[in-house]
Amino acid sequence: METLDYDVAIVGTGLAGLRTAIEVLRRDKGRLGLRVAVISKLYLMRSHSVSAEGGTSAVLYPEEGDSFELMAWDTIKGSDFLADQDAVWRFVHIATQEIRLIERWGVPWNRRADGRIEQRWFGGLSFPRATYAQDKTGFFEMRALYDTLLKYENWDRFDENFVTSIVIENNEFKGFTAIDLKTGNFRYFRAKAGVIATGGAGQLYRITSMAASSTGDGYGLAYNAGLPLKDMEFVQFHPTGLVPRGILITEAARGEGAYLINKDGERFMKKYAPSKMELAPRDIVSRAIMKEIMEGRGIYDDNSGLYHVWLDMRHLGKEKIEERLPFIREIGLKYLGIDIVDQPLPIRPTVHYNMGGIHVDIDGKVLNANGSPVKGLWAAGEAACVSIHGSNRLGSNGTNECLVYGYIVGNDVYNYIEKERPALPNPSQNILLAEEDRIFGKILGKESGGEDVYQIKDELKDTMEKYVHVYRTGSDLEKAVIKIKELKERYKYIKLSDKSRIFNYNLEHALELGFMLDIAEVIARGALLRTESRGAHARLDYPNRDDANWLKHTIALKGAEGPLFSYIPVKITMWKPVARVY
Amino acid sequence: MKVRIRRFDGQKAWWQDYEVDAKPSDTVLDILNRIREKHDHTLAFRQSCQMGSCGSCGMVINGLPALACQTRISELKTESIRLEPLYNYKVIKDLVVDLTDFVNKHRSVKPWMIRKNPQELEEAPMEFKVTPDQNLTFVQFDYCIMCGLCLAACPTVAIDPLFLGPQALAQAYRYIADPRDEGFEERIEILDDSHGVWRCHFAGACSYVCPKGVDPAKAIQYLKKEVLKYRLLHKKKASVKPAELIQKPPPANAPKPPPFDFKIEGGE
Repeated sequence: METLDYDVAIVGTGLAGLRTAIEVLRRDKGRLGLRVAVISKLYLMRSHSVSAEGGTSAVLYPEEGDSFELMAWDTIKGSDFLADQDAVWRFVHIATQEIRLIERWGVPWNRRADGRIEQRWFGGLSFPRATYAQDKTGFFEMRALYDTLLKYENWDRFDENFVTSIVIENNEFKGFTAIDLKTGNFRYFRAKAGVIATGGAGQLYRITSMAASSTGDGYGLAYNAGLPLKDMEFVQFHPTGLVPRGILITEAARGEGAYLINKDGERFMKKYAPSKMELAPRDIVSRAIMKEIMEGRGIYDDNSGLYHVWLDMRHLGKEKIEERLPFIREIGLKYLGIDIVDQPLPIRPTVHYNMGGIHVDIDGKVLNANGSPVKGLWAAGEAACVSIHGSNRLGSNGTNECLVYGYIVGNDVYNYIEKERPALPNPSQNILLAEEDRIFGKILGKESGGEDVYQIKDELKDTMEKYVHVYRTGSDLEKAVIKIKELKERYKYIKLSDKSRIFNYNLEHALELGFMLDIAEVIARGALLRTESRGAHARLDYPNRDDANWLKHTIALKGAEGPLFSYIPVKITMWKPVARVY
Repeated sequence: MKVRIRRFDGQKAWWQDYEVDAKPSDTVLDILNRIREKHDHTLAFRQSCQMGSCGSCGMVINGLPALACQTRISELKTESIRLEPLYNYKVIKDLVVDLTDFVNKHRSVKPWMIRKNPQELEEAPMEFKVTPDQNLTFVQFDYCIMCGLCLAACPTVAIDPLFLGPQALAQAYRYIADPRDEGFEERIEILDDSHGVWRCHFAGACSYVCPKGVDPAKAIQYLKKEVLKYRLLHKKKASVKPAELIQKPPPANAPKPPPFDFKIEGGE
């Protein structure tokens, strides 16, 4: 076992992780000489933030009619009133400076003729405030952050290091254990402060816009360290995933004016959101598409056996498409041989985002089972749940959360080290040795058992796709819970056929699957308990929002026989919940 | 479908054949995942986004460097597929290559925004003024996803391991062509070198294989022009005029959401 000492260890290198790393180094400017470890299971710059497409919301030019109040209202109404309003209020203010900061670091935002930044419409917005760089917004943001990070010296990159556990003793963070995939060696990152920025868990499902790497490792790490997960039953389905794979077709397509059309050639959104039409929030549009399909107005795709509706961009014209949606055109051509200039795209909802996540406070500090902070541990981005998005995130509010919370957490980490001057932790060796034995002895070294990692993963994806989808029912969710339980039992008997140390993806996938099974159980059980419909959680057997009983956050803790649930209040500081009509 | 893969386990290399079910709409990455999940768990290859934006799955497909996730097997028009790790890199295992040199070369050209007054980058209240036309002068070179295909295709990289290579040079030009950047003089000694821009003899293979249309070969020719102007005409900066910061406009009234139900404390 190799021990690596750092002041700050950051796991995950998407927008939130990179932004946090930069903020710590930028604040420090060598004053304390803080050393930062930037750890990713991928190569840096491969994280899934690169696939964010349509835009990043912020109030840029209030003199033209936008305001912080309006952005906060849109976000809170979009959340179906499950967002913590104090956190939203802070978030909308910091987003503005972040857009301009990363502009000056290099993001090529689309511009107006006078050289200022262009913005466009997105679902659920009252003002066109989605700031964008073509339809590769997340990609350009990642480029600017990665490049900016390269100019700093006081950090080391740990590409392709898979973190296996968070070391916590006496409510104090003491580091991360990891496997260096290149050598197969076991590592202990000993650090004074830790940040989890590992993104979401789309891979629980078969049809998802999320990367093969989005396996929810951060959720699994926290849950297995005895830390609570919050609101995990709220899984966002993006309305427009390309059939069959679910590749993301950005909401900006509808922001620029695209139509959703059913089998009969009807713009069906007029039935579901007459004033916002295609630009209603994602939960509403996804439900509308599934309803059309369920009621027989979808189109059948022979190749995949899936039903879909059409996303029609033909009327936008070639010039606008080339300027504002070039990547969507490339995706259509490369994956289906369809040019969106001449033909509509077949789309259906695709799993896109986890509103829930690691339970954190307004500063991104990770909270323990009692609701008080774990000393020295933070989480940011999709891995964390503050909650800014409540039960439904608005499109264009994901990348800005990563930037804003990268900034907030970077500063909070720095303040903590500057003020408290913590020493390097000394955990008991038993914890580290037990973790090493779990991975290399109990999982890699096991010679008995006949279960296959990929078979279990397949069955898990089918279960989630079938029973924990856009529309849910009590009986479906019960089936999911039983099946997941069975898969968890079978997981104990997996046997790896790759016994090598160098780039043993079989081992990595086995560890990811362990996390995925835990998360799936939390999602399905949480969804079964929540007997109402709110945001992305739509129960056919409980079709209405129930503020009297369910205006509260779900908290899930790992117990001996699966997750234990409790509930905490939503922070309502500005607007009382009202009916959500678009 | 028959798939032949060049494998390596750290000590020995060999060709291995697989027979896999395939649909015309499958990508090479779909096929690789099928092999790993159903046939051979030991096969190593990188992947992540599965949509051509993360740059993980670069490999040599039927002799040509390409992204596995963006190559549909129907396009290949061959009965079988032959897969190899990217050329010009050290192989670690199977289709996984060592990118350490690659990322170091990229970093060596100072690929970040440089201003004469660094405060402008960190503390200015507003953005730089950049017109849509000015955006077009550099944005193409900002499409780089760092997949490394261009170095695998480059005949010069094959004979000169110290050559900065098309990726790093194109990124140097990305910043030099950006009106917000003033770092030309800081980069010139790195570029004006026998392993820098002058090593490129314009084979153009980099641009041919680039999956994102970056056209590194073009960027390198532009760089040569800038370096010559600097050396021969003693121009102290790139031919791009630096952008200025936009001034903060006066605040104005905005339309209002519903009034607050509660009294709130101010924000940041």
